[in-house]
Amino acid sequence: MNRFEIVAREDYSDVTFMLEVLHPMMARAANPGQFVIVMSHAEGERIPLTIADFDRAKGTITLVIQAVGKSTMEMQATCHVGGVLHGLAGPMGIPSHLSDARKAICVGGGLGVAPVFPQARAFKQNEAYVIGVLGFRNKDLIFWEDKFRSICDELIICTDDGSAGIKGFVTDGIDLALKHHQDIDEVIAIGPPMMMKASADATRAAGIKTMVSLNPIMVDGTGMCGGCRVKVGEEVRFACVDGPDFDGHAVDFDDLMVRLRRYREEERIATERWSETCRMRATAVEPIEMPDIG
Amino acid sequence: MAKKRTVRSIPQERTPVRELDPLQRSANFDEVNCGYTENEAVLESQRCLFCPDPKCIAGCPVSINIPGFIERIGEKDFRGAYDIITGTNLLPAVCGRVCPQENQCEGVCVVGESLTPVAIGRMERFVGDMAISNRWVNIPFIESVRFRVGIVGSGPAGMACAADMAKAGCDVTVYEAFHEAGGVLRYGIPEFRLPNSVVDAEIEKLEMLGVKFECNTLVGRLFTIPQMLTELGFDAVFIGTGAGYPTMLGIPGDSLNGVLSANELLTRCNLMRARDFPNVDTPLPLGKHVVVIGAGNTAMDALRVSKRLGAASVTCLYRRSKAEAPARAEEVHHAEQEGIDFHWLSAPVEILDDGNGSVCAIRCIKMELGEPDRSGRRRPMPIGGSEFELETDQVVFAIGTNANPIIGQTSDLKLNNRGYIETDGDLMTSMAGVFAGGDIVTGAATVIEAMGAGRKAARGMKAFLGIRDIGPIGTGTARFGIDTREHNYRRVRTM
Ligand SMILES: Cc1cc2nc3c(=O)[nH]c(=O)nc-3n(C[C@H](O)[C@H](O)[C@H](O)COP(=O)(O)OP(=O)(O)OC[C@H]3O[C@@H](n4cnc5c(N)ncnc54)[C@H](O)[C@@H]3O)c2cc1C
Ligand SMILES: Cc1cc2nc3c(=O)[nH]c(=O)nc-3n(C[C@H](O)[C@H](O)[C@H](O)COP(=O)(O)OP(=O)(O)OC[C@H]3O[C@@H](n4cnc5c(N)ncnc54)[C@H](O)[C@@H]3O)c2cc1C
Ligand code: SF4
Ligand code: SF4
Ligand code: FES
Repeated sequence: MNRFEIVAREDYSDVTFMLEVLHPMMARAANPGQFVIVMSHAEGERIPLTIADFDRAKGTITLVIQAVGKSTMEMQATCHVGGVLHGLAGPMGIPSHLSDARKAICVGGGLGVAPVFPQARAFKQNEAYVIGVLGFRNKDLIFWEDKFRSICDELIICTDDGSAGIKGFVTDGIDLALKHHQDIDEVIAIGPPMMMKASADATRAAGIKTMVSLNPIMVDGTGMCGGCRVKVGEEVRFACVDGPDFDGHAVDFDDLMVRLRRYREEERIATERWSETCRMRATAVEPIEMPDIG
Repeated sequence: MAKKRTVRSIPQERTPVRELDPLQRSANFDEVNCGYTENEAVLESQRCLFCPDPKCIAGCPVSINIPGFIERIGEKDFRGAYDIITGTNLLPAVCGRVCPQENQCEGVCVVGESLTPVAIGRMERFVGDMAISNRWVNIPFIESVRFRVGIVGSGPAGMACAADMAKAGCDVTVYEAFHEAGGVLRYGIPEFRLPNSVVDAEIEKLEMLGVKFECNTLVGRLFTIPQMLTELGFDAVFIGTGAGYPTMLGIPGDSLNGVLSANELLTRCNLMRARDFPNVDTPLPLGKHVVVIGAGNTAMDALRVSKRLGAASVTCLYRRSKAEAPARAEEVHHAEQEGIDFHWLSAPVEILDDGNGSVCAIRCIKMELGEPDRSGRRRPMPIGGSEFELETDQVVFAIGTNANPIIGQTSDLKLNNRGYIETDGDLMTSMAGVFAGGDIVTGAATVIEAMGAGRKAARGMKAFLGIRDIGPIGTGTARFGIDTREHNYRRVRTM
């Protein structure tokens, strides 16, 4: 069996944390827009997470995770440097098509901030003018500002409460950018479905190409279960093999949002159970030392 | 044989097999068919006529010497029976359980012309189980030939090819996208038909032959097929990625919550063990009134799993009649016993929304059978004005699968117009040294056919690599081009 060792961890806030995992082959194969399926332990769920960064020289991939439910909260409590993940498969999905846009806006909100980074960097490497628009609820949740500054020609930070950057949502940031630049070729928006929907709406009138990265519920990530199906235009597509990137103007976001609610009750049960036993289990498994099974 | 047996002298009734009580078993995942005991197997073996020209062998896709192994059972030489079966079939404990015997070996058994045919599958399973519990393995003398073979996909096709290449002395690695090996045997077929312990035992045997399994490896994305031949240094590659991509219903309402593919239901239940939720993390959608569309093995599994998960009613919708149902006869029979409601000659028209994006009912239409279509089955035609509605909170579709697109997306392999991989007579693809077989070549078929394809590809691969047998090589050829008397030991390179 493979060992997927966690070599670095950083906590960006009390809900967001970063894991760097050793997987030299994946680091070599990964491209912007792709994701992995992680199983943190043998009884765990297979959860999709975007490859937020990769370092081919070090042979690592970086995941940035928001603790929103059982699996991600548990990972927050149990994944530490030196520990291993039970399963890590990928890179999955079709890499983002790197367009020859000369000027692009890269929008990230919530759990989409990290995944938009490799795309923004790819634009920069392609010598495009890159405008970053990042949305956070408040100042304390901001992360990777430096990383984005190093590759963006302009960076607009939006906070819900105005504690940093402009006060407002990422759509306000997009409007601002569009006001100053009439020659935007492409927008990439990654984040919660509501945010991607609003971003697509913001660019629809101007007809600016807007790509989004969809995050439906997945099981296998290999095109086998059909659980990740999304409606794009008239077609049913599987986000794991046909995406996750799609034309934001064609995506049926309402359908996606309804489908994301499908396991709400089970998610609640799992999260409550986890929270009850959380402290006990978290201390029991920390720091995790897994037997080397060669 | 002392006395020549005739249809009249043999036990007239097929030896029954113990099965769990339908009422009890439909609430748990224990195996339904308990299998023959030693005495029962020996008794059933008395029913074989040892035909001079055994029809059954021709009916088996891998041409097992069926009267040969039955004779050994009669002599209580079970190890001998095992040796005969495993000369051609790597997975007797699996095939004995899941082969559609009524269409294969047993379907053409001569005894079946006047009585119930000899229970070949049950005897085969008995031998396979005996081998597992006694840990019998036929590990041949393997002489390394220093070739490296990469296998993509750990289903029956990949397992069979891996075994043959390992026996031929190659260094074999099997790559599997999931975190556990076995393909459909693991994620699709539920435990009450094929316990995981059987799949584990078969995989362990491959490991004893020196086959290495690398799970969590999505070939095409982590590395491509061409990269396997170049950077990863494999001398030959076999692709057995199956045809798991589910076909959508394509009727209004098919993306509502509560509508899911049988693959998703079965994967959550079997591979992810979601039936133990919340002790495991993967949830499973539980319906009270479940409707399953289709009548193949996958549909039967989805029906019976739903029943076991506690659904109050479970209904099967199939647009043709019971006679056309593609599932194994035993599974349809078991499903009926377990209280599944069958609506034959009924097709779904529309799935209805409860107003919150979830399914609340399904509108169906009655069908009648018209002229035979190209598949030879009579074409179902809707009967005007016969629409009816069923109340349901979960619709599971099991109407077929297509080729998985990943390998096609990431290589130049020649595919046919339906996305399946094209191969020549030796199962070599358009790329030299790359072979393919199983569902990814033929479309959804059976376990034994996938296994046969894996072996046939192994044979092509050995020829490609210039590995040949020494010692006697038989002359008779079987349906998959595998010589039934082929010796799987002591091979040397000819170059
Ligand atoms: C292609 C893809 C890439 C993703 N990348 C990242 C990433 O880089 N970082 C990250 O933190 N998360 C990412 N996600 C989302 C992540 O997979 C989910 O947050 C995770 O599965 C939730 O599991 P849980 O058990 O912790 O929460 P659950 O208990 O399952 O759910 C808790 C809450 O999260 C919501 N939720 C569940 N599944 C998803 C989902 N797939 N997408 C969005 N919300 C969901 C639920 O509606 C619920 O409100 C990605 C999802 C996809 C499909
Ligand atoms: C629910 C169900 C019940 C069935 N019941 C029966 C039955 O009773 N009797 C019978 O004879 N047949 C039955 N079948 C059919 C039978 O299981 C298949 O025909 C057979 O398993 C095909 O074998 P295979 O090796 O070609 O592919 P599979 O068994 O599908 O295995 C393919 C494997 O490859 C892996 N894979 C796919 N893509 C990649 C990739 N890119 N990289 C790495 N790995 C990859 C998959 O994860 C999978 O594990 C059933 C099928 C299903 C779905
Ligand atoms: S492998 Fe299948 S078809 Fe062949 S003898 Fe065994 S049960 Fe019959
Ligand atoms: S056809 Fe039937 S009776 Fe004849 S050898 Fe085969 S199993 Fe025996
Ligand atoms: S996650 Fe199963 S098909 Fe996409």
